[in-house]
Amino acid sequence: MKAIVCVKQVPDTQGKVAVKADGTMDRAAMATITNPDDLNAVEAALQLKDATGCEVIVVTMGPAPAEGMLRELMARGADRGVLVSAREFGGSDTFATSQILAAAVNKIGVGPDDIVFCGRQAIDGDTAQVGPQIAEKLHLPQVTYVTDIQKNGNDLVVKRQLEDGYMEIKVQTPCLLTCIKELNTPRYMSISGIFECYDKPLDVFDYNTLKDDPLIEADTIGLKGSPTNVYKSFAPPVKGAGMMVESVDQLVGLLNDKHLI
Amino acid sequence: MAEFNAMDTAAFKGVWVFCEQREGQIQTISYQLLSEGRKLANDLGVELCGVVMGSGVNEDYIKALGGYGADRVYYIDSPLLKDYTTDGYAKVMCDLVMEKKPEIVLIGATNLGRDLGPRCAARLHTGLTADCTHLDVDVEKYKEFLRTTSNIDVDNTKFEQNTNLKMTRPAFGGHLMATIICPRFRPQMSTVRPGVMQTQPFDEAGAAKVVVEKITPALTADDIHVQILDIKKSAKKMVDLIGADVVVSVGRGISSDVDKGIALAEELAGVLGGVVGASRAVTDAGWLSSDHQVGQTGKTVHPRIYIALGISGAIQHVAGMQDSETIIAVNKNESAPIFDVASYGIVGDLFKVVPELIKEIRAIKAAN
Repeated sequence: MKAIVCVKQVPDTQGKVAVKADGTMDRAAMATITNPDDLNAVEAALQLKDATGCEVIVVTMGPAPAEGMLRELMARGADRGVLVSAREFGGSDTFATSQILAAAVNKIGVGPDDIVFCGRQAIDGDTAQVGPQIAEKLHLPQVTYVTDIQKNGNDLVVKRQLEDGYMEIKVQTPCLLTCIKELNTPRYMSISGIFECYDKPLDVFDYNTLKDDPLIEADTIGLKGSPTNVYKSFAPPVKGAGMMVESVDQLVGLLNDKHLI
Repeated sequence: MAEFNAMDTAAFKGVWVFCEQREGQIQTISYQLLSEGRKLANDLGVELCGVVMGSGVNEDYIKALGGYGADRVYYIDSPLLKDYTTDGYAKVMCDLVMEKKPEIVLIGATNLGRDLGPRCAARLHTGLTADCTHLDVDVEKYKEFLRTTSNIDVDNTKFEQNTNLKMTRPAFGGHLMATIICPRFRPQMSTVRPGVMQTQPFDEAGAAKVVVEKITPALTADDIHVQILDIKKSAKKMVDLIGADVVVSVGRGISSDVDKGIALAEELAGVLGGVVGASRAVTDAGWLSSDHQVGQTGKTVHPRIYIALGISGAIQHVAGMQDSETIIAVNKNESAPIFDVASYGIVGDLFKVVPELIKEIRAIKAAN
């Protein structure tokens, strides 16, 4: 039994966001973190490991430095890491990203009692699309916004958050779950974990590793294989910092002119 | 699927809105999306269709979708569609899309829509843009939009002339905006958060002439790999600050009449389709529960509009809201630091300013 967790290294958008002169984000100037929802996904997998002794594999797509994040997650208790990294994969939108990650998960292999975990969404894009798209590519049932997981053999009973409550859903393994922060509190790295993490296996899946998977085609991955493209990107107009208005009338007029109300 | 998506994009016609129902009730996001979809359909000169999935949904509710702009409604009725399941809804949606070939599909970015959209987009081999805040097909209208909302020099920028859906959304936590297109594949899919688009007034004539096509889907229990055991409502509704389009927060300034201050904030939030937030002072005092707290130790929000009522603007609070697109501050103290981050500030007593604000916004909304 395996728990395969898809994780993403993201710029810390809660902190200082650096923007280049051309309006794009200066990733190099920003601190990176493991995407917060993904830490809940890792924790869910580690709790499954605590209960069943299953293997926990963390998978990420990104540039070489993302290895650091995988090592950190192994220090928290994951057993091995997979870094999916190739020039051909660059520029992928959520569709193309899910093709590649699904191919990577296929390479690892999804057995009948395995679970694929993802965070609900990443804080840099906030799309919540990659999890369900991976599930579709792997032909796995999915449950998103998971706040509770009870496992009984191959049956899982999970709670799925709704805006005003929750659904209780029975799903069988193999399946894909996307996790939110209400699910659990991620554990810290342990001292022994930190010592061990560099001895744990870390595989790099490059283009050649995955190219034979039918999901990997020139027109399904990377910038060229992405159905969506950025047409324009722009910064919001500069905020009128501290503009004082004299009356409610004036304020409502301004808001209306700017189509804010 | 390859054959489907390799077809000429011109073969796809019409704008669709997925009209979400829960427990037989059409969700208000559906009306917002139909109102927006109507504009796009008009610009394209095509039909606007609502898609409802459910079991025994009241026909009056379905016809009412015509009053919000739908020319046609596909109502897919099956006991298997009573409650949302990814498998059931995605199969029905994808089958219908492949049969009817719409060029645009809009889905509400609810917890269900954000589950359905990507599953369908992946199956249909097309693009999906999440949480759009603005949609255009017409280039001139898009340019007008950029003039008021961006730093782009519109007159000295080249724009391709086409009717691709231009889907604008915040990127990187709202620090940048990006307009996304999906030029090679159809349908062009987009999710929009509740409250972002405005509902147009109900039109009786539209409701009278809408064409409802009731469809029995080719769906069996074997197609659905999950089982809904229960659907429970929370005793207490948690406030969705993070996803909110508008946040109206209260601070220590409400202390002279806490109940009234909160009631005013709730009313203002209601008018703007937003939710109520709070500073730490308010949640520490127990005036509102901690899920309302905005700030470094609470939630970081970046709504389209943030209204700070009686909040001084301590750094820890500002850290949680400074990236809001437009910040409006009301405070009695003219030197309150909140005014340094506010787009618009009014010095005054919130108990006087807010009722006036509510009244005027209501008047504007009625006139629009």
